[in-house]
Amino acid sequence: MSAKTLYDKIWDAHVVSTEPDGTCLIYIDRHLVHEVTSAQAFEGLRLNNRPVRRPELTLAVVDHNIPTTDRSQGIDDPESKLQMDTLAKNTSEFGVEYYNELDERQGIVHIIGPEQGFTLPGTTVVCGDSHTATHGAFGALAHGIGTSEVEHVLASQTLLQNKSKNMLVKVNGKLAPGVTAKDLTLAIIAHTGTAGGTGHVIEYAGEAIRNLTMEGRMTLCNMAIEGGARAGLVAPDETTFAYLKGRPKSPKGEDWERAVEYWKTLKTDDDANFDKVVEIDATAIAPIVTWGTSPEDAIAITDSVPAPKDFNDEHKQASAQRSLDYMGLTAGTPMTDIPVDKVFIGSCTNGRIEDLREVAKVVEGRQVATHVDAMVVPGSGLVKAQAEKEGIAAILKDAGFDWREPGCSMCLGMNPDKLSPGERCASTSNRNFEGRQGHGGRTHLMSPAMAAAAAVTGRLTDVRALLNEGASA
Amino acid sequence: MKALKELSGVAAPLPMINVDTDMIIPKQYLKTIERTGLGKGLFHSMRYNDDGSDNPDFVLNKEAYRDSKILIAGDNFGCGSSREHAAWAIDDFGIRCVIAPSFSDIFYNNAFKNGMLLIRLPQEQIDELTKQAEFGSNAVFNIDLENQLVIAPDGSEHQFEIDEFRKHCLLHGLDEIALTLEKETAISSYESDASSSRSWLTPAAG
Ligand code: SF4
Repeated sequence: MSAKTLYDKIWDAHVVSTEPDGTCLIYIDRHLVHEVTSAQAFEGLRLNNRPVRRPELTLAVVDHNIPTTDRSQGIDDPESKLQMDTLAKNTSEFGVEYYNELDERQGIVHIIGPEQGFTLPGTTVVCGDSHTATHGAFGALAHGIGTSEVEHVLASQTLLQNKSKNMLVKVNGKLAPGVTAKDLTLAIIAHTGTAGGTGHVIEYAGEAIRNLTMEGRMTLCNMAIEGGARAGLVAPDETTFAYLKGRPKSPKGEDWERAVEYWKTLKTDDDANFDKVVEIDATAIAPIVTWGTSPEDAIAITDSVPAPKDFNDEHKQASAQRSLDYMGLTAGTPMTDIPVDKVFIGSCTNGRIEDLREVAKVVEGRQVATHVDAMVVPGSGLVKAQAEKEGIAAILKDAGFDWREPGCSMCLGMNPDKLSPGERCASTSNRNFEGRQGHGGRTHLMSPAMAAAAAVTGRLTDVRALLNEGASA
Repeated sequence: MKALKELSGVAAPLPMINVDTDMIIPKQYLKTIERTGLGKGLFHSMRYNDDGSDNPDFVLNKEAYRDSKILIAGDNFGCGSSREHAAWAIDDFGIRCVIAPSFSDIFYNNAFKNGMLLIRLPQEQIDELTKQAEFGSNAVFNIDLENQLVIAPDGSEHQFEIDEFRKHCLLHGLDEIALTLEKETAISSYESDASSSRSWLTPAAG
């Protein structure tokens, strides 16, 4: 038998049938559903009189457009309310488990899947949201799908797919202190470009990846999609098993033993072939921030805003000029001279407990700058409760952060949390597209620790300076 | 799904790279529970001024391109969010075909599910087609899916690649879900194999 990559192995274990041209029908083990991309899919089922094939493999939650203020008295926005009510009605009609806005388990769809042990190694995971790549951290083949495909999965528990190519991103060495998985994932995208992974499934490997926690691996894989990849994967190991053990939906008893035995086989064979290989030196990575309106516009915090002429390609030059105009930046300005108006900590990239711990470490004993409006939106109700238990919430509130209810919030600004035109935000989310966080809003992507540093100094800041200060004080 | 065999019409040039789905259809249009009516929101922030009036400089607002059936765009078109609303908006506007050097994977799939044709061509050919598209309403492009050809206004033919199965579904307007459900035996037998060899696959009732 020829040598296989991790992706090949998961793929092969899920092929139901193959068309003559190689298009495959792939079995889907786990389906996550939220309010924004599912209504039309359930409606399609209803119109065609089709049931959900295996409702127990689907888990639904409200996250995208829900307000992050107190929800116990109901939701004001009639359109958001309609979408939420539609999801509640659809899930009950079709027998799908649903975490509503008052359930403590409610949260961002990509946070709750792992948290509940719903996401498992070696499974196929889909969701009508591009950041489904997050679940690849567990060695699950996970990718975003559109609403027509959501309907296809609900009806048949399968998806028509063409196999992607294999890409290896090998990260050698160790990340320096103050440098996190977010910096790593941004550095990789800066290196490969936003289309660098198109048509590929990326496997992340190497010493720096092995050393990441599950939270870090999720942050890393979350942004595989920003690098254009269909999915990102990290081979499961003891870190993965320890995270999953005892979660509500994880296998139990003998099933657990058998599962772990199988999961241990989920790694790329030594002589397997990759279509594309990129090697990155982890030791050379500094904390990263974005300057433009594409995640590939990422540079070290120690750098300055680039000029369009710094790029070779004429299309990239035009796009850089457009980005500078939109972002209101002048080429040559040191990144650390850029003031911010808002700070957003949250999203499926960085809304987990570990992220909030990082923020607390930086802001403890400090205050949010007077001109800055800083907001923390925990990724789930359970993350929120944990942070409150650990005293993190108190530290953040004392420092002047606004402590909110879980949801996607200002990651996409579908709810009332958004930037006003011209406002500049240090954000731990994943997209700095024009208008992403609000019409005319300017987003700089960075790690939670870096966003915390920006909150206390009021401008983009190298967090390492604050950490050293803290250490010597 | 709608069938598409041939298409003839004006092509709007939009030579920008990394046009993301937030740009194609912004969030305020995502609160709908319908698939239709999104054409008015297509390219919202480029197409309209802050006061809601048309931005006369945007290509789709120019007289020649108001009825475009084809869009010629830059590299990595449709990147970002998985929102199928992006495909619905383009389709609802009346554009049935987008030609670009590359597309994001998810957008590519979404468009085909809605009976749209996405064509990948090398950058040099895109540059050439863009130039011709700039001639406006007299520059009619013809697309022939059967023969996998884009015929430019100057008569030049540009061959493109497409998966056989996708082409077949699009030519005949097939309902993919119905096709898949015909494979019931294969799906059931996969399920029984998987549940005996990997018993943990059914989630614990947590
Ligand atoms: S937090 Fe942002 S990226 Fe993540 S699922 Fe929500 S909207 Fe999508």
